Amino acid sequence: MIRLLDVDRVFEVGEEPVYALKAVTLSMTAGTYASVMGPSGSGKSTLLNIIGLLDRPSRGKYLLEDVDTTHLSDDEQARVRREKIGFVFQFFHLVPRLTAAENIELPLILAGVNAGERKDRVREALTSLGIRGRSRHRPDQLSGGQRQRVAIARAVVMRPRIILADEPTGNLDRASGNEVIEILEELNRTGISLILVTHDPALGDRASRKIIMEDGEIVSDTLKN
Amino acid sequence: MKPEDTVRFGMRALFGYPARTLLVLLAMAMGVASVILLTALGEGARRYVAQEFTSLGTHLLFVLPGRSETVGGPPPLLASTPRDLTLEDAMALTRIPSVERVAPVSVGAAPVSWRERHREVTLLGSTAALFEIRQLAMSQGSFLPAGDPFRGEGIAVLGHKVKRELFGNRNALGEWIRIQDRRFRVIGVMTPKGQSLGMDMSDTAVIPVASALSLFDTESLFRIILQAKSRQTVDRVKDSVIKVIRERHEGEDDITVITQDAILSTFDRILSTMTLTVTGIAAVSLVVAGILIMNVMLISVSQRRTEIGLLKALGARSAQILRLFLTEASVLSMAGAGIGVAIGYAGAWVLAGMFPAFPLQVPLWSLAAAVLTALVNGLIFGVIPARRASYLDPVQALAKR
Repeated sequence: MIRLLDVDRVFEVGEEPVYALKAVTLSMTAGTYASVMGPSGSGKSTLLNIIGLLDRPSRGKYLLEDVDTTHLSDDEQARVRREKIGFVFQFFHLVPRLTAAENIELPLILAGVNAGERKDRVREALTSLGIRGRSRHRPDQLSGGQRQRVAIARAVVMRPRIILADEPTGNLDRASGNEVIEILEELNRTGISLILVTHDPALGDRASRKIIMEDGEIVSDTLKN
Repeated sequence: MKPEDTVRFGMRALFGYPARTLLVLLAMAMGVASVILLTALGEGARRYVAQEFTSLGTHLLFVLPGRSETVGGPPPLLASTPRDLTLEDAMALTRIPSVERVAPVSVGAAPVSWRERHREVTLLGSTAALFEIRQLAMSQGSFLPAGDPFRGEGIAVLGHKVKRELFGNRNALGEWIRIQDRRFRVIGVMTPKGQSLGMDMSDTAVIPVASALSLFDTESLFRIILQAKSRQTVDRVKDSVIKVIRERHEGEDDITVITQDAILSTFDRILSTMTLTVTGIAAVSLVVAGILIMNVMLISVSQRRTEIGLLKALGARSAQILRLFLTEASVLSMAGAGIGVAIGYAGAWVLAGMFPAFPLQVPLWSLAAAVLTALVNGLIFGVIPARRASYLDPVQALAKR
């Protein structure tokens, strides 16, 4: 369902072209649980951004569910992002003035869903993540683990096909980090593809597919049996 | 994204930064309020003048000696003294068909005394016709009687203030006062009518025009006031007056005739221009408020970079982001305009309470113009920040800090 064909992502730094991604070819089937590891600046996040359609390849093709996304307009890409992809960030990126429920509601609002249906789906997401009692709290009234749960609820409320998590436990203590990973793995078991960028080898090893990057290239791609 | 959700999101964002929002609201409100108040004052001044002119009497013409006209060529070495405007001239004007009344007016200052009290008073020499023309009213006694204007009777009508200063609370009717070296009998006292265009009637004494002319030892009238039968006949009367006087003055046009309407429309033009000018100055403050909105929105965009990046990651189109920020700016300017209208009206109301004689009123055009300018302003100055937000690269906006 995800197919990257010979993808480059080049940044111009002064006169020098810098390859964030170099000839990356990769394919993943639906329901994959993959971890992406590698040192800082190895291109992990760039790979994630390209898969999430936040960034475009400088060269090569990216097919998402057999549709070539490289030629989609910005607005079409925004629609794909909205409908098929959920992001989870290291810094949660919750809107500070909105309550947990309102943060989760945001993608539904952007998609133009009716207020009544929004309410039901937000409640559903809150319940399934066990933060129902926190729905009226603002982010600064929540613990790190709770914040990340709200962020995950926001990522899944549109029922995406893929969850892209960039260091989702990077800002959490081990216990809440583990809880968050378990939630993500639980979602993966329902058939949502999960791609996890991490520094933590222990986390990386839990994934069924482990991709290691260095200098913009995939140096290792192993499947757990 | 539904419009109501867009507005709600914008409102939430504005409430999220109350201090900033309040400052912009204040600036916008002050701008709108000053436009409304200043136009109300200008419009009030215009109405006030119009009111004063009607209190002066209606469809009047003023005949002045001398020609006030700019002609080419070098000025005459010795200014040709205009012929006097005499009482005979005034009487000749009464024969013009559409003339209702004619009041010859002679003005001068003279010492007036009663017993030991002395006072310098403005004397008006005129006839019974002045009473109707200036729409005077008596509090005691009667005005000058109708009769032969050439007879200089020794009678006087006192203004309210003059009476009070000479007689105090004592009765003035029938008393003899001395003006210069002549004796006059007080036959009436006028009500305190107040000021009308610089001439305070309560500070004057009115005596028969013939008495005044002989007192001042002159033939020349200060002016002649005519009242036409109707508004439509004013122009015809004006032509007739010029013709009659020309015949009497050996073919020379040496008088000036001013109609009340001409004066009124001149004042009207001046005051309208003045109103527009102050409105324009006030409008500058609206533009300043607009620039402030732009400033605040720019700060808002840079402070909310991650939020914008997040919205894009969640699938917001650039156009949606643009709309969100434009909505915020216009909600801001609309609320500011609303508050400004309230302040403006409250201010007008307070001023109206303080100066009841001044007909203060907010003209509708200024209300519409102020609110519209505020809105257009907010939108125009909101465009640049909103575009900046919509162009933001989500990858950079979300990058780790």
